[in-house]
Amino acid sequence: MERELRLMKGNEAVAEAAIRAGADGYFGYPITPQSEILEYLMGANPMETTGMVVLQAESEVAAINMVYGGAGCGKKVMTSSSSPGISLKQEGITYIAGSELPCLIVNVVRGGPGLGTIQPAQSDYFQAVKGGGHGDYHLIVLAPASVQEMADFVDLGFELAFKYRNPVMMLSDGAIGQMMEKVWLSPQKERSKTVPEWATTGKPPTRERNIITSLELNPDNQEKFNQKLVEKYNRIRENEVRFEEFQCSDADYLLVAYGTSARICQKSVQLARGEGLKVGLLRPITLFPFPSKRLSELAEKVSLMISVEMSAGQMVEDVLLSVNGKVPVYHYGRMGGIVPTPDEVVAFLKSKIIGG
Amino acid sequence: MTEEIIIAGFGGQGVLSMGKIMIHSAVMQDLEVSWMPSYGPEMRGGTANVTVIVSTERISSPILRQFDTAIILNQQSLDKFEGSVKQGGTLIYDTNGITRHPERKDISVYSIDAVEEAGKMNNPKIFNMIVLGGYLKIKPIIKTENVVKGLQESLPERYHHLIPLNQQAIERGMEIIRKVSES
Repeated sequence: MERELRLMKGNEAVAEAAIRAGADGYFGYPITPQSEILEYLMGANPMETTGMVVLQAESEVAAINMVYGGAGCGKKVMTSSSSPGISLKQEGITYIAGSELPCLIVNVVRGGPGLGTIQPAQSDYFQAVKGGGHGDYHLIVLAPASVQEMADFVDLGFELAFKYRNPVMMLSDGAIGQMMEKVWLSPQKERSKTVPEWATTGKPPTRERNIITSLELNPDNQEKFNQKLVEKYNRIRENEVRFEEFQCSDADYLLVAYGTSARICQKSVQLARGEGLKVGLLRPITLFPFPSKRLSELAEKVSLMISVEMSAGQMVEDVLLSVNGKVPVYHYGRMGGIVPTPDEVVAFLKSKIIGG
Repeated sequence: MTEEIIIAGFGGQGVLSMGKIMIHSAVMQDLEVSWMPSYGPEMRGGTANVTVIVSTERISSPILRQFDTAIILNQQSLDKFEGSVKQGGTLIYDTNGITRHPERKDISVYSIDAVEEAGKMNNPKIFNMIVLGGYLKIKPIIKTENVVKGLQESLPERYHHLIPLNQQAIERGMEIIRKVSES
């Protein structure tokens, strides 16, 4: 079957892609700017076509625990929310990570802290990449920069989640969630008929009982489990780094940006090149694992880097760690739901070039 | 070709729909498009606006502060966006309810009495299509036949009987738009 071209909002693309990816269940609770995901799924009513469950839970906490349960049964399950709602889900997320279960969590980020604003922001980077919940764990974090990627990363997210038995977060923002663009949708996949061997769906006489838990009171065993997780995260670091380079080959200066900021920085690169400044852009697609190795290589070639984020400066810390002092690294950001403009970024770059 | 447009007016005037029809129509011509709405408080009354980009190239930033064309449908939006039109750019506005008219001399200004005309056509809802017609007269980036196809794509089927009326509104808009001043 051929892919189908549609014009959709990023949020709608996530919802449609979830149905087409053969997801078994979506559990959510409405919050701006991502309510269209739940709204679209309710309207599409995939129970009638693929048999996918779509449920508006009584709260974000309930929704993530429904995901925990569905994932424990080996099902392809997901939830979505925006920043304050994702904070509420953190207990469930760390339990899912601690139980090594696959699921997809979509965060269409809005400005914070607290209830903050409903406008787009990228201020949940730390929460997504550095933990969010308690304990030594990582999510695999995918950062879409287009409506197309919001659709594509649903399928990719499920694939990685099952490959590593690890929760995956799609870290989007209000701008990509709300904007409409062309999107090529994949053909409908069938829902899986098989159950993974670790799933808790009842004990047959042929094998031992499957146990899913994040509790281990024996410190030796818990440490072994922690080490197993570390090995898994290292495998992910080794195999799953994804990024896109934009005019980096001859760049003297490098912008580093993901999501909406990366779209803006593409335009900044064009503007700056028009003025004779050789600027490139590295766009991390996975935020964990982070493209540290590539940034370290580029640090040998460029004279400065600027991390452009809609935050007070979060990803900039990972850029600093990656280049390890080889070149100066600056942060440029806007907050509170304000999206930086391409010319603002160029002006900041120029001030740093002149300022040395 | 890249055309960067802001459409701004009151919520309920059909600002966002007009942008949607534009992008659906542009896709019929294999153009690249993006549609970035203001969302949230604006939709719950007050002003609404949408940034539409139509291009032959891949679109980088969907969010802009400077526009080739501003389509302005109320005083607040005129005050907010008159300064955001690029030098040599175009501003189209409906004079209905406007007390302070555009003042810039470095852009081309057009006016269209679409509210009044929609009243004459006995259907205030086609106001936005009259404006779209006016815009397409000045910037014929999308063919009318593709707008009709775009309407078929973006309107639910139960409204398809209204497409001829919308087409009429577009044609009327093309007739009544007039130049106020040139850059």
